[in-house]
Amino acid sequence: MTPSALRLVTPDSSGIKIPARKNLPTFVTESGLRTELKKLSGVDSVGAEARVAKLSTRSLKKDTKKSAIDLAISMVDLTTLEGADTAGRVSSLCIKALQPDANDPSVPSVAAVCVYPDMVANARAVIGNSPVHVASVSTAFPSGRASLPVKLLDTKEAVDAGADEIDMVIDRGAFLSGNLFKVYEEIVAVKEACGTAHLKVILETGELVTYDNVRRASWLAMLAGADFIKTSTGKVGVNATLPVALVMLEAVRDFAEEYGELVGVKVAGGIRTTKDALKYLVVVNETVGSTWLSPDYFRFGASSLLNDLLLQRTKQRTGNYARPDRFSGD
Amino acid sequence: MESLHSQLGGLQYDDAPESAAIAKIKNEYGLFINGKFTDAKEHKSFLTINPATEETLSQVAQADSKDVDAAVQAAKRAYDKVWSKTTGPERAKYLFRIARLIQERSREFAVTETLDNGKPIRETRDIDVPLAAAHFFYYAGWADKLSYAGYGPDPQPLGVAGQIIPWNFPLLMAAWKLAPALAAGNTCVLKPAETTPLTALLLAEILQQAELPDGVVNIITGDGSTGAALVEHPDVNKIAFTGSTGVGRMIQQRIAGSGKHLTLELGGKGANIVFEDAPIDEVVEGIIDGIFFNQGHVCCAGSRLLVQESVADDVLRRLIRRVEQLRVGNPLDKNTDVGAINSAEQLARIAELTSTGEDEGATRHTSTCVLPQKGFWFPPTVFTNVSQSHRIAREEIFGPVLSMLTFRTPEEAVQKANNTNYGLACGVWSEKGSRTLWVAERLRAGVIWANTYNKFDPTSPFGGVRESGFGREGGRQGLEAYLNV
Repeated sequence: MTPSALRLVTPDSSGIKIPARKNLPTFVTESGLRTELKKLSGVDSVGAEARVAKLSTRSLKKDTKKSAIDLAISMVDLTTLEGADTAGRVSSLCIKALQPDANDPSVPSVAAVCVYPDMVANARAVIGNSPVHVASVSTAFPSGRASLPVKLLDTKEAVDAGADEIDMVIDRGAFLSGNLFKVYEEIVAVKEACGTAHLKVILETGELVTYDNVRRASWLAMLAGADFIKTSTGKVGVNATLPVALVMLEAVRDFAEEYGELVGVKVAGGIRTTKDALKYLVVVNETVGSTWLSPDYFRFGASSLLNDLLLQRTKQRTGNYARPDRFSGD
Repeated sequence: MESLHSQLGGLQYDDAPESAAIAKIKNEYGLFINGKFTDAKEHKSFLTINPATEETLSQVAQADSKDVDAAVQAAKRAYDKVWSKTTGPERAKYLFRIARLIQERSREFAVTETLDNGKPIRETRDIDVPLAAAHFFYYAGWADKLSYAGYGPDPQPLGVAGQIIPWNFPLLMAAWKLAPALAAGNTCVLKPAETTPLTALLLAEILQQAELPDGVVNIITGDGSTGAALVEHPDVNKIAFTGSTGVGRMIQQRIAGSGKHLTLELGGKGANIVFEDAPIDEVVEGIIDGIFFNQGHVCCAGSRLLVQESVADDVLRRLIRRVEQLRVGNPLDKNTDVGAINSAEQLARIAELTSTGEDEGATRHTSTCVLPQKGFWFPPTVFTNVSQSHRIAREEIFGPVLSMLTFRTPEEAVQKANNTNYGLACGVWSEKGSRTLWVAERLRAGVIWANTYNKFDPTSPFGGVRESGFGREGGRQGLEAYLNV
């Protein structure tokens, strides 16, 4: 019954087309930056929340679930950011990062460990040259309340100690008061201080509050050279949420289409269950697609999530839930 | 100079089907008259099939005029002897029971609806069934408060209501019709559509379970002749019809001068108007929900997309990409977005109208999705370069086919949106509240959504103007259709 002579859409129209890389514009004034950010579309909160609610009903079964769990494990930035961290705890975390399940070598390594700058050397000593990255928070994490020279020194010390990924925080006070250029300049400066280390820019979306702010801050961070944009520090009341991730992924998608630049997204804070992690992967899958379904472009900042992923992974393979104590507590 | 192509949906989802066995469909069904399932007097019957597989689901009794008479007489008796003497709080008690029983058996309803109608389980599970229960809950609340509904100190019911419902939302339309009628104190004879009788019959089981007095609701299955007999029956005091404008017109002619009350909820050609400042990602989702929800089998579907010229290219590019992403296939799969067309007849009509779009010079963009071999399917389709004189811009297609037009000024948007015989629903997308209100004031449509589309709620009245019908369903206003005011 289907009409024969269809004018089909070309395969090009499916998926995200990313052009060759273009030079990013540089901004030297507040007004230039403002003009660029003004072109962004607003976000309707009801619509964005409805979209993720719908995506959250996707049902991942069988092989899809198995491969999604392994993918999620490989995307974890295994994190410890406590005042009470010790060298021993960090070493133990690194061992776990390299081989998350001591009883099962088929479990992939996580993407990175994420620690405070003073723990970077300890982490690097265990991680060595393995593909697992050593990420360090910097720039007076989590509040960002320090002068730029302090932030830059914080960053340089972490890089010098062996961090190949830096998770910086933006100056939310400056952003919210409309001093967008200050935020931009700081990111540009920290990016330079990173050298070859990858820069993740934490927007602290719980403090930006509106989705419009999230989209603007995402775009600003990407213009300033972020390799990743990250939702949260995990240290405030509201951390990663699915609608915020959606808005950031949409920004990343539009940025890639406009400038040919691929920027990753890291969701952090409050993601504790496999079920939650898979919801994020569905949103990635249906918003930005295959290229981002990789630890190079999507990360979970988490600690307890990993053990739930391991628990569910074992369940998928053996049909039984293991005792939680089967997996190490770090 | 493309360097990379990121495939959307690159993570393939394995099949996640809901079990068809949950539906517990019987091999045959009789007519639900006076609280019991009875055979049709002439023992005629017809088959109802699963439009996604063309497999037979059940054999259903065909009511003729004698059966209709029996059903109307049962309703009349129940009205005179029982229901008109039942107090508001008592009526509410039954409605609350029905609502709770629908919730309890929601999975059964969802699967049955998906099998009989072809719509995705995600929609029946998340929209049709919960909304149907919500309508009963909502009107249960009104049953003992009619004096405060604004229709006088003691508004009276009409008597026997004949209710004829369509195949696009079989259970939900039954709820929209029955709940206010019963709350207001009427008794009912409900005729579900020929292709989708099963959830109404399951609802009949629930009415038995709820111990609703015999004859208060009677459900008779059949084709157009059954509906015609119901419309013409002298003891019917009220006709409520949802369906095509053609049939609605016929009903109005047939009951002219009979004194019967009438409400009609008919077709539409809804305009979804997008201004350049609208939130673009949500706009795209809204357009998708507006036209591909329920395969476009929605009387208020946003089947005409009006986009401000300055953003038309961007909207189209994103829309086509999103259309390509829609998962079309097995309606029972929890990840399906677009299900089957309800019948071969409807598929033929969609195909015919769609082909005129190409013949008249519009540009067709059709999803490359792979359609199942068996069953009735139509790929999601968008037409561009559509002008207002094209048939695809004027006639209701009632399928997953969108016609996109452009405009330059708010005046032009309003003029184009109103350039239709219909007047059921419109959508307005803008971040500027003043403009949304300016446009909404000038649109001739019963329902206007702002920055959303196809949102339904029992508290909100729904209905059309002009050839989309008259009368409202839902809300306080929905009571008026069943009260002598």
